Amino acid sequence: MDNHQASDEIRLKECAVNTEEIERIGEVIESATSCFTAQCYELDRFPALGALVKTQNSTRQIYGIVFNASTEGIDPGRKPLARGKDASSEEALYEANPQIAKLLKSEFEALVVGYKEDDRVFHYLPPQPAPIHSFVYLCPARDVTEFSRSFEFLNTILNSSVTLPHEELIAATLRRMGLVQEDKHAFLVAAGKHLASTLSGDFNRLRTILERIRE
Amino acid sequence: MSIEENRMGIVVSGSSNKGVEVRLDANTSVEDMVVGRYVTIEGQKRRFFGMITEVLLGVTDLNLTQTPPDTKDPFIAEVLSGTSTFGTLQVMPYLTIGGDIESVVEGPQPVKTVPSHYSAVKLAEDRDIELVFGKEDKERFWIGNPLDMETKLCINLPELVKRSNGIFGKSGTGKTFLTRMLLIGMLQKSACVNLVFDMHSEYGWAGTSEKNRSVKALKQLFPSKVAVFTLDEENSRNRGVSTDYVVKIGYNEIEPEDMSLLRQTLNLTDPAVEAIYQMRRKFGNEWFRKTTELDDSEETKELLNRLNIHESTFQNLQRGLNAIKRLPFIQEHTEKKAVSHTIEYLNRGINVVLEFGRYTDITAYILVANLLTRRIYSQYRDKTEKAMSGSGETPVPLVITIEEAHKFLNHDIAEKTIFGTIAREMRKYNVTLLVIDQRPSGIDEEIMSQMGTKITCLLDNERDMDSVLSGVSGKSELKSVLAKLSAKQQALIFGHAVPMPVAFQPREYGSAESYKGFSDKVNDTEQAQKDIEDLW
Repeated sequence: MDNHQASDEIRLKECAVNTEEIERIGEVIESATSCFTAQCYELDRFPALGALVKTQNSTRQIYGIVFNASTEGIDPGRKPLARGKDASSEEALYEANPQIAKLLKSEFEALVVGYKEDDRVFHYLPPQPAPIHSFVYLCPARDVTEFSRSFEFLNTILNSSVTLPHEELIAATLRRMGLVQEDKHAFLVAAGKHLASTLSGDFNRLRTILERIRE
Repeated sequence: MSIEENRMGIVVSGSSNKGVEVRLDANTSVEDMVVGRYVTIEGQKRRFFGMITEVLLGVTDLNLTQTPPDTKDPFIAEVLSGTSTFGTLQVMPYLTIGGDIESVVEGPQPVKTVPSHYSAVKLAEDRDIELVFGKEDKERFWIGNPLDMETKLCINLPELVKRSNGIFGKSGTGKTFLTRMLLIGMLQKSACVNLVFDMHSEYGWAGTSEKNRSVKALKQLFPSKVAVFTLDEENSRNRGVSTDYVVKIGYNEIEPEDMSLLRQTLNLTDPAVEAIYQMRRKFGNEWFRKTTELDDSEETKELLNRLNIHESTFQNLQRGLNAIKRLPFIQEHTEKKAVSHTIEYLNRGINVVLEFGRYTDITAYILVANLLTRRIYSQYRDKTEKAMSGSGETPVPLVITIEEAHKFLNHDIAEKTIFGTIAREMRKYNVTLLVIDQRPSGIDEEIMSQMGTKITCLLDNERDMDSVLSGVSGKSELKSVLAKLSAKQQALIFGHAVPMPVAFQPREYGSAESYKGFSDKVNDTEQAQKDIEDLW
């Protein structure tokens, strides 16, 4: 996971350099107003926790923040078995069992935090959920900076009734968004202050988040 | 003009009685806020002027105080400051000015409401202070600067002298300097004459600063407008003061009323005071001399019997009279009456400073001050009454400065003394008081409440503070400002002559440069130059 996250960050930075490049990472297989599930095109090639992803069609882009990822068998009744006892390395294991990639699938869940229509970004839920089988893209740096101009999405995460690790997710999201900001420190302080006023009556939650985003 | 530029917080709650609560913005340090400073509040329809009366720290969640976060981490500290932990101010609005043209012309009015929620609050700027207190002009005198500000704080002196005023403060807080400056202001700007009973000889020719440096006093700055009278010629000569008149008081000038005021200081009993009046009836103008000359003879006893005066009462009385007789400036015969001489000067518009020299004994002070004032006051009253009936000119307003005022105006004798009368009747007869005291709680409550403007330096006695602030709205708020004044060169002024209370730092006094602004000819640089040369 760590490797993936690191490579993800590298990709994100690459995107920041070439702002036109956007990467398609999966496809919506389950959709609801407040969240959607997407399947990755490649096994274990997840976007990072807290990454901003989007679905895109001609009129509307829907933004989501990745809050969960999992890999499991295609057939829910059949659990994967451990196969690497005699393999010299993990790569060797995959080479010896090429069917693995076909029998397993990687999925991730994203919490819908806003959408963009007619070049305007809205930090609240879209009128309709993302269409099923929409392609899911990892947002380029340009989109991330544009989206993170307002911290309203933090309230969406905080108040979401979807089962998710609220504090962890907020911290991860802010850490990732910080990477593409011109002034990371100022961004994190501003976000922290927004959270401090939102969580004014709950210092313990605030402290949990701040501990996770401090540099 | 942008409100946002130097905004320091917003109004979050308030009451017209207790003032408003202001929450400070994250980027305003609570440590920059000082009790006593001025702020302006931009309401929706009107602007308010107020004073910071309290500075507090607040938290949004009690957990922050019970388990404080790791403040060593600058990030967490930065995030929390101004959001979860913040500063709040208590601000007492005093004046308001409406947004429409009519209200602007009318000027600031006393406040009768509070600014609406989330009105922006900012520190008052120079032009706000000018708007409220006015600029230095022919009536307004620059007395100092509001705390932590460069603006000149000006007060309207003709307005000030219309009422009796008080200057209070613990010993060593700068009362004398403040008084001297105010007297100079009166000389410069107001059409009034002063009579100063200068107990410690500090206002006439020269005074001393705490560092034992000599500073110029009234006569040096206004040679043509000030006359120095002295009770102690030798002392004045030794100090190199050129005096205009040596005050001597004849026996026949002392009246029973002058004595009754000295009852406490001379330890006279009530029957003894009563006996004085009997003696007066018996001997007429010569009562003082004749009473002191009475010996132990049979004739005396007979006289006392006739007057129904007990012998011990008589002894008590004689002891008292002898104490007065021993005062060197009390003489059997005087060539010219001190009273008429003083009045003559005052009528010519010349201010009189009466130095007491070595006679700083309170008996001498009370006797002389009361004696002169009573005569002067009655003359003023006659003149004013004549003027009212249209047969004479209204006399020039007179301001009488007295020190150790609680000795004249304490609860027991305030009713009887002339000073009590002046303080109460105020300007009716164009005579007002400038009272200087360090124990205001000793002064009669009624008189304190009648004082127009009060200037107070630091006081640390609870009763003194209460007494100074009696009858003032927002008393407890002002009390917290008063208690936090620094021990030197800070004062709080409130009352009739100022539109709202203000804590200020009195103008510098004592340097060659400072005399320029104070002296008679403000624009005459030659004179200033000469002063500087003289000084060195």
